[in-house]
Amino acid sequence: MAFRAALSRELLVLWRSPAEIINPLFFFVMVISLFPLAISPRPETLALIAPGVLWVAALLAVMLSLDGLFRRDQESGVLEQLLTSPVMTVVPVTAKLLAHWLLTGLPLVLVSPVLAHMLQLPDRVLGVVMLSLLLGTPALTVIGAIGSALTVGLNRGGILLAVLVLPLYIPVLIFGAGVIRTAVEGGPVPGVLAILGALLALTASLGPLAVAAGLKISSGN
Amino acid sequence: MVWQTIKRWYHMLGSPRYFHTFSSRVLPWLTPIALITLVTGLVWGLVFAPSDYQQGNSYRIIFIHVPASSGALMGYMALGVSGLVAVVWRMKMAEVMLKAIAPFGAALAAISLITGSLWGKPTWGTYWQWDARMTSMLILLFMYVGVIALQNVIREPRQAARAAGLLAIVGVINVVIVKYSVEWVQTLHQGSTLKLFGESTINPAMKYPLLISMLGMWLLYAVNVLVRARTEVEWRERRSKWVQTLIRKGDQ
Repeated sequence: MAFRAALSRELLVLWRSPAEIINPLFFFVMVISLFPLAISPRPETLALIAPGVLWVAALLAVMLSLDGLFRRDQESGVLEQLLTSPVMTVVPVTAKLLAHWLLTGLPLVLVSPVLAHMLQLPDRVLGVVMLSLLLGTPALTVIGAIGSALTVGLNRGGILLAVLVLPLYIPVLIFGAGVIRTAVEGGPVPGVLAILGALLALTASLGPLAVAAGLKISSGN
Repeated sequence: MVWQTIKRWYHMLGSPRYFHTFSSRVLPWLTPIALITLVTGLVWGLVFAPSDYQQGNSYRIIFIHVPASSGALMGYMALGVSGLVAVVWRMKMAEVMLKAIAPFGAALAAISLITGSLWGKPTWGTYWQWDARMTSMLILLFMYVGVIALQNVIREPRQAARAAGLLAIVGVINVVIVKYSVEWVQTLHQGSTLKLFGESTINPAMKYPLLISMLGMWLLYAVNVLVRARTEVEWRERRSKWVQTLIRKGDQ
């Protein structure tokens, strides 16, 4: 019950500020379009760097979208209510993360085949591109939320969050980009996808607990 | 019996004041022992140990590189343990330790990277390779930086320590995963041909100075942690009576 109420609240709040949904998406598209301009528009070169470019861009988009994840709730006092309410903090936190991923992470997954195609990846790997991002971006959201929770009261955005969170993103990045690369080279994909799934299982199960603990620490409880 | 002793130690050292007196008793002899051990190991290794039949004298950087790397790794593990204790039990000394352990560990990680790349040039022909171990150490350095940065921006010291503690716990899990994931990248692209020697193949004439240097480095780390922790304890407890008395005694 509490979970569903929290989820619908978070979805509604996000839905009413469309900039927060659209900006990460445009950021993703813009960063990716910088690479052909900066490195080389030659198809072979692009296909070579595409897995990494897609993943780094997705990673940065998710991370930057998390910068103010709890800030508004903190300013309006909602966060304090969450922490003092009889419901375990993990429940609304999980709802928030799910809502955030549905409206910012999922759109990245949905546009990724278009961008992968623009980066000259062969059409047969587009499914793997989407799958890798589908498994990877929720993990990125949860891990980033830990950093966001720890920095919530600090009023210094981006850079600090990046310094805290980017090292934690590296395993997801390695396997996420790795699975696309494996698919391009024609290697066995399911095993790597399974590892990515394992990372998601780990972060999705333990991550919200860490986020809740982080919020408690930041609010001085 | 042993358990009782451990429990007693935990509670006694958990008290900042007891820790302060304890460390002022330990430091006067631990500091010279650490320095003597480290200097013995280094001089033995750098001057007296035989040169390598293949690498000549360039291998001698191992006597700095390996102690620094092992210190950096152990330091982060210690950071994770202190983080767990600080977050779960809110023990004051664990919070102090979180602040005391990080800087020297970060410095050791940096030393490990620098000496490693200097060593890499004559032996591998390159300063840098995205080899599994080097990459892990680089990421370890990043994570040290994260812990230090977070502690620096949060004003309230107890809150800063616990936030850094949580980050360190997550970080320890991450270190393990990173280690295996970079190895996976390696196996995807190229076999690890850069292994210099296995554990058992090192010559005893090189092994003992190496072990002594490592021990010396760890002791020096311990000394540094104790000194930093003392300063931090004094700062945190500056309003308490015993620190005030201490300051007045120092003034005379």
